[in-house]
Amino acid sequence: MPADLILNVAVGGVLTGLVYGLMALGLSVIFGVVRVVNFAHGEMMTLGMYAAVVLFGSFGLDPLLMLVPVAAALFVIGYILQSTLINPFVNRPEHSQFMLLVAVAMIMVNGLLMAFGPNARNTLVSYALDSYQVGPVIIDAVRLYAALAALAVAVALFAFFKLTPTGKAIRACADNYLGAQVVGLNVKRLYAFTFGVGAACVGAAGCIMVLLIDVTPQIGPAYTLLAFVIVIVGGLGSMPGALLGGILIGLSEALAGLFFVPSAKGMFAFAILVLVLLLRPQGLLGKKA
Amino acid sequence: MTALLEVRGLSKSFRGLRAVSQVSFDVPQGEIVALIGPNGAGKTTCFNMIAGAFPPSDGTVRLGGRDITGLRADQICRAGIGRTFQIVKPFAGLTVHENVTVGALNAFADLADARAKAAEVLQLLGLWAKRDQPASSLTLPDRKRLEVARALGTGPQLLLLDEVMAGLRPTETDQMVAVFRQLNEKTGLTILLIEHVMRAVMALARRIVVLHHGETIAMGDPETVVRDPAVLDVYLGAEAL
Amino acid sequence: MSRMLRRLGEGVSNRALVALGLVFAALLLAPLVSNGYVLSVLIIALYYAYAGQAWNVMMGFCGQLSLGHSLYVGVAAYAAAIFFVKWNVPPVIGMFAAIAVAMAFGAVIGFLAFRFSVSGVYFALLTIAFAEFTRIGFDHFTWAGGSGGFFLKVEDRAADLITLRGPPIMFYYVMLALTALAFLFCRMLTQSRVGYYWFAIREDQEAAQALGINVFRYKMLAVIVSSGMTSLAGVFFAFYYNNLFPEQIFSMARSIELILGPIIGGLGTLFGPILGAFVLTVLADLVTEVLVFTGYDIPGVKQVFYGLCLAVVVIWLPLGIWPPLKRRLGLEGRS
Repeated sequence: MPADLILNVAVGGVLTGLVYGLMALGLSVIFGVVRVVNFAHGEMMTLGMYAAVVLFGSFGLDPLLMLVPVAAALFVIGYILQSTLINPFVNRPEHSQFMLLVAVAMIMVNGLLMAFGPNARNTLVSYALDSYQVGPVIIDAVRLYAALAALAVAVALFAFFKLTPTGKAIRACADNYLGAQVVGLNVKRLYAFTFGVGAACVGAAGCIMVLLIDVTPQIGPAYTLLAFVIVIVGGLGSMPGALLGGILIGLSEALAGLFFVPSAKGMFAFAILVLVLLLRPQGLLGKKA
Repeated sequence: MTALLEVRGLSKSFRGLRAVSQVSFDVPQGEIVALIGPNGAGKTTCFNMIAGAFPPSDGTVRLGGRDITGLRADQICRAGIGRTFQIVKPFAGLTVHENVTVGALNAFADLADARAKAAEVLQLLGLWAKRDQPASSLTLPDRKRLEVARALGTGPQLLLLDEVMAGLRPTETDQMVAVFRQLNEKTGLTILLIEHVMRAVMALARRIVVLHHGETIAMGDPETVVRDPAVLDVYLGAEAL
Repeated sequence: MSRMLRRLGEGVSNRALVALGLVFAALLLAPLVSNGYVLSVLIIALYYAYAGQAWNVMMGFCGQLSLGHSLYVGVAAYAAAIFFVKWNVPPVIGMFAAIAVAMAFGAVIGFLAFRFSVSGVYFALLTIAFAEFTRIGFDHFTWAGGSGGFFLKVEDRAADLITLRGPPIMFYYVMLALTALAFLFCRMLTQSRVGYYWFAIREDQEAAQALGINVFRYKMLAVIVSSGMTSLAGVFFAFYYNNLFPEQIFSMARSIELILGPIIGGLGTLFGPILGAFVLTVLADLVTEVLVFTGYDIPGVKQVFYGLCLAVVVIWLPLGIWPPLKRRLGLEGRS
């Protein structure tokens, strides 16, 4: 197999992986702070994807530009979801939280199905077929823009947590729930805010993802699972870990598609997951419990 | 007099921090021994190593001459050591009777026998009236009693009690002390206890081991130990100033 | 043996025994008054009641959250079907292979998870991962049909329990027998040392271990018993539906459908999985009927309704329907 081809596929995998990483980042942020696994994560991404599809189809608005309003809309949805439904469940057993979010996911998937039907939708942007050549590597323009956009959102998120007072308060809350309450932080409100941020993240990822894949209502669960795999590989609660995990899974999927059959690519993601769970359960960049 | 429990050179380091260092003592058969010391002295760490919650970094533990160092907690229980947890761990969703039955199944193969044994222990500890309540509905003093009942249910030769009097009122403490006395006198049960409530320690223990900063600083009968200058210094030094 | 039987009824009120008898009698007689459609709904309800009971052993009794039980259904279904179609071995024998295969999968997952202390959410994900992994594996397992599916010949003939070929009413009674046996078996488990030990592990693993329980061994036992029981649901599935698609049988959606019954009915209870399965199945069909009747039967409506019901139960009845209902009916046991 020619080295050029492998390099091309690998670069494509890494770029897609960055988008995966952004999607997983949302899950990681939510888990890191609220300690609830968002089992409706992939479904929230499809919400973002459909928003982008509608905005593009009706008004010709570029998904990458719509990333900001869609993320804002998802923030609101996430905020409301946490403050009304999930906050009372924070201290319930894991399986109760899981069932609640499964119910939310079911409603989202099938609500989309009712609204848009089962057919695949996509956004055919004007630059869909453009590409850049760098030495031997040919990069699809959409993939490059998607990865850059994902990176930009991720950087913005890092900056938010490092620099803003709210971001710092949320981190304090994640480190020490009781301590955060003692110093007078409104923990429930911060949880809602965090869930909003996580939802915004995955909404943005949806806007970007719609450039790369077709969307149907039913892809939600598979991406919930993928996001879950990525954050565990990278380290649950670790933000750089989510990005690294995304890149790793994106790369493994691309190479598996090249060396084996594309439909077997999921097996490699799961194989990596099982290895990580057994050998380094805290994840690649996670802190030991 | 033979020692039921022999602890020799027991040490534990957590990431380089020495929590327990070279602790050695004996618990003779049929006696009640108290392990005391200020907070952070390493008492619970010692307990956890004896009970198999984690292995010691160094040293040995022998029960009735048999080396039990580094065995798992369940193996140690089956070897004959029952323990309580300082932070109580009731099986919240089970009834009081079921909680103790789980312990008694360690001693009895048949469920009916185990339930009968559990009933006996519950009566002894004054929990019989609450046998059908879920453990989650118990008050803290009752949870402490449940903790003891469950450990007793396993039919131990040696009972490890980790601050079971903490949070009890003086009359409740006296009741608990009476129960342990009775068990010790009637069945010859050997007891090793960690306790802050000196009233209980003085009423129960025939020997006291004092730990400070992970090391043994005094050992002997209660009267001698409480007059030991090193012990007075540790206990009263800071407060007397 | 007689002691075991006596213990089965211990602590159960007479009222509850009578109620149980009535429910069983009603289920026995139900086919007499059911048309084909109702019968098919009842079969599905029993199927979920049985599979839910099997899952409940692992989660409800022992506290190990498996979200990948479709794995055991799937491998068992394939095993029994392959034995029958490829080697002419009837399911009455092939089911032992199916049980063994499912138990082996359970044992491997349990061993890896419990040896390496994978627990909680991580354990749940590990179970999903194995199910997905196996699904993709079967997609490429062309000898067993791959993603194109594996089929049994549909035959219209009299009931034959050896080959499990026959009319729906046979499948109804097979499933009813399995459900009843599973109920009794689980009752037996909860009245035994094993059951007490599982409950203890579910409530607090460290305390359980301090009471002499070999936690690893009993958790392994829970996974193996649960996967073994689940496998029979798989055998039934293969011979009832006569077609197997990896995409369908191994999917996470199947695993989730399977656990809805016990969670809605009442986790860790004996009657909860049965009640939950019937409530959900019947409700789902009623909704479909209403939607078809009113002309709103567009894809997704039913599942949205399902999701809403689930949310309502999880939010307002955290213990499920059965525990409060049991109290309301005055069926609580005596000690």
